[in-house]
Amino acid sequence: MLSVLLAVVLFLLALGIAGAVFGVPWAARIYAAAACACAVAAVAAVVFLVARADVPEALVLPVGLPWLSAHFRIDALAAWFALVINVAGTASAVFAIGYGGHNDEPARVVPFFPVFLAAMNLVLVADDAFAFLIAWEFMSLSSWLLVLSNHRRPGNARAAQVYLVMAALGTACLLLAFGIMAGPDGAYRFASIRDNPPQGAAAAIALALVLLGTGSKAGLVPVHAWLPLAHPAAPSHVSALMSGAMTKVAIYGLVRLLFDLAGPVPWGWGAALVAVGALSAVIGILHAVVERDLKTLLAFSTVENVGIAVMAFGLAIVFRTNAMGTLAALAFTAALFHVLNHAIMKSLMFFVAGAVEVSTGQRDLEKLGGLIHRLPVTATLALIGAASIAALPPLNGFVSEWLTFQAVLNSPSLPQWVLKFGVPVAGALLALSAALAAACFVRAYGMAFLGRPRSRKAAEAVEVAPSMRWAMAGLAGLCIGVGILPMVPAAAMAPLVRRFAGVDFAPLADGLSFGDFMLLAPVTPGVSSYSGFVVLIAVVAVTLASIEGVHRLATNRLRRAAAWDCGFPDPSPATQYTASSFAQPLRRVYASTVLRARDHVDMPEPGDARPARFTLSMRDLAWDAFYAPVERGVTWLAERMNTLQFLTIRRYLVFMFTALIVLLVTVALAK
Amino acid sequence: MIAAAIAVGLQLGQLLLVLLLAPLLTGIVRKLKARMLARKGPPVLQPYRDLAKLLRKEAVVAENASWLFRAAPYLMFALLWLAAALVPTFTTRLPLSAAADLIALVGLLASARFLQALAGVDVGTSFGGIGASREMMIASLAEPAMLMVVFTVALFIHSTSIPAIAEFVLHNDVGLRVSFALGLISLIMVAVAETGRIPVDNPATHLELTMVHEAMVLEYSGRHLALVEAAQMLRIMFYMALIASVFVPWGLAGQGARIEDVGIGVAAFLGKLLAGAVLLAIFEVSIAKMRVFRVSEFLGVALLLGLLATIFLYVSQSA
Repeated sequence: MLSVLLAVVLFLLALGIAGAVFGVPWAARIYAAAACACAVAAVAAVVFLVARADVPEALVLPVGLPWLSAHFRIDALAAWFALVINVAGTASAVFAIGYGGHNDEPARVVPFFPVFLAAMNLVLVADDAFAFLIAWEFMSLSSWLLVLSNHRRPGNARAAQVYLVMAALGTACLLLAFGIMAGPDGAYRFASIRDNPPQGAAAAIALALVLLGTGSKAGLVPVHAWLPLAHPAAPSHVSALMSGAMTKVAIYGLVRLLFDLAGPVPWGWGAALVAVGALSAVIGILHAVVERDLKTLLAFSTVENVGIAVMAFGLAIVFRTNAMGTLAALAFTAALFHVLNHAIMKSLMFFVAGAVEVSTGQRDLEKLGGLIHRLPVTATLALIGAASIAALPPLNGFVSEWLTFQAVLNSPSLPQWVLKFGVPVAGALLALSAALAAACFVRAYGMAFLGRPRSRKAAEAVEVAPSMRWAMAGLAGLCIGVGILPMVPAAAMAPLVRRFAGVDFAPLADGLSFGDFMLLAPVTPGVSSYSGFVVLIAVVAVTLASIEGVHRLATNRLRRAAAWDCGFPDPSPATQYTASSFAQPLRRVYASTVLRARDHVDMPEPGDARPARFTLSMRDLAWDAFYAPVERGVTWLAERMNTLQFLTIRRYLVFMFTALIVLLVTVALAK
Repeated sequence: MIAAAIAVGLQLGQLLLVLLLAPLLTGIVRKLKARMLARKGPPVLQPYRDLAKLLRKEAVVAENASWLFRAAPYLMFALLWLAAALVPTFTTRLPLSAAADLIALVGLLASARFLQALAGVDVGTSFGGIGASREMMIASLAEPAMLMVVFTVALFIHSTSIPAIAEFVLHNDVGLRVSFALGLISLIMVAVAETGRIPVDNPATHLELTMVHEAMVLEYSGRHLALVEAAQMLRIMFYMALIASVFVPWGLAGQGARIEDVGIGVAAFLGKLLAGAVLLAIFEVSIAKMRVFRVSEFLGVALLLGLLATIFLYVSQSA
């Protein structure tokens, strides 16, 4: 299967070149071909997971550094993430067939889109530090180019600049981490790192760098602030890939390094992941719930969901270091599940945002409304996506939340005191973020699709192209399918869970009758269980019974009339609740401290003809504390280094000579 | 085979019981409140008459209402009916309850609320918006508080399945526990908030700016309103049954129950409902409605109590 994945990577790179050569007229063909390639890769990943998950495949290609070559390898972990990103990739490419033509400058998108997909796949199969970093950097740069494709819109150039700085910082962290892990002999192959994991202080520094490097790409608080700038700036199918797939590649990097290469890590790292994850979940969704730009809102929700997944991975580490295999398997399953679910729902929601933007030219919630009448198909699919991302049963988002809650519930048996107190608090934060997510998506969906149109463009919106609808329908179908049959993906990830936790995810280890198969019952079967399938059947049956009952008992007469609104309906759509007013109670309760949200009302004196103004200010504390200094530092340094561009050739030779001497001295001292 | 048939029969019986008793519970609470305020009050059976009357009236739907507005009452009603039917009222032998544990029940309620809030903003009036927005704010605090109570109970009993919890409390000497007391207080506060009772919301008012639930469903009429009202009655029923089955499960017919045990179970449940109705009525007449932004403090207390209950339990279990 490795050769299939590598062939897909090569094919996608070739598509990128084709995109550059043939350009926009071939865009639809290139997107279609990319969709096929990703579908092939996804199928290959499934085949690998089902049939050969216990036998990793490896391949060495004679490219790259002369003494290293390029090592590639696929195991169950890589295959799972390959499945996740290629599902998102396929949907995104299908969506792009109809959507691509609406981009500002399609010629800036078409060549880089397949390259971005190829780079993400390449990260997953890389088996030495060099190949990994090259692929990682390719992924960063290709996505950066895509972010920059709408460069004429205000704010996007700055978003791309912040993204570039943060991506470079992340890669630098990973570079140093790999340097420490490889040791003085330069053992950059993952196999050598795995056999010889770093010890003591070196390990601590390396893991901290890994957390910073991958966490900044995944969007963990406090290094998240670039994400809500950069993800929405790209065209929507690329935003979907960045949020749905690229953050998963970052999580893959974290898991690969922390669970696999670093050897058995102390529980403290698990605790750190739980803390960072819980914090990301709450801060991310708090930002989302007060945000009025639909795509920025979705990007903040990505911060939340990445936090939830990372928290579950942290729990898995904690349980594993305390030799609680079953619970480690449960937490690990929850985390992998959430990775899959988030890729599906977030891609779907970004497609919805793209569809809304195409049909109305708006993504400001204050200017949308009533789209359920104009875009009936998109609205229905968006409802499924919103409900699943708000973690409502029986859809897929609820499954991973439920599993994570079960993992949290089983934490009192942990021996460490910090965890005894910390994990329930993290559980409370998780519950809070789930409830806020529901509020957030009621607001997002309600303001965009329901109510009365708040602008002329929203009132005249038309349904989007068929390929866009098909891409959304496919993902919405997956939301329902994974939600009611969670055991199917659970079975696919079983070999992976077995490898990392040492035991099987409980319900799969038992003999499976059909009834057990439908029931998700971790730890002890029959004690805590959930079945999305049965819940769906029961809800449908009870709903049908209610409809039947009501139609027998009640009159079926129905009259359309003006809205009641307590007897004073106002024809102006401006009198409805807006996105900002919907968020006001939540803003007042939560955001006044966390986000420093302040309302300023400028009310003119009676007789003054100037209009009254309401302004809202918010600050991202992470930005002030972390980003602003980094950005200032980088800019300062860049300006200083600018002088280096204008030196004489002698000066340059002196620099090179000095660098050579320094390196030689270092090598001599190290010997 | 017979056992399965009995189990299915009990499940169906439970579905019917909660549906039939829910308006009665509301009627009793209204009557009791009225008597305590020295009013005569409507007859206890008035809610049934109201529902029947609403079902007979034609539904008036706003011109720009979408299909979601018309579908939401049915789905909401079904979700709440199902949730109420999954909590043991008179027996723990409920085959469907294996499919949805307490966390899933919280999820079902969240689904119902999600639909209701969406229906609230569908017509595009300011009342619907204000209700939906406040409902979601209240829920964003109430849901975590409720989950903390679930955690407390589940940590102690090592299960999140309600029949298993009820059986455990029935058959083991749980005794008086600080965590359970805190959890009970927290759950009651959540129940008051979620069912829209005083002091969080006032079920008896219309056209008042502090209202939450009534504002959200203002546009409904006819059969849709009947379903919304019935769903709200089922919500009260759900919380009463939940509190009863977790904290006072005595009288519940167990797994190998005979027919007379079922009779005892039903009688005990009726008694518990009556006691719950009296307590709710006393609570509501002795307290004033609070401003809407005090609700966050009220529910913040519930959340903290739930968290404290969990942490107390962690500490006491490990010591």
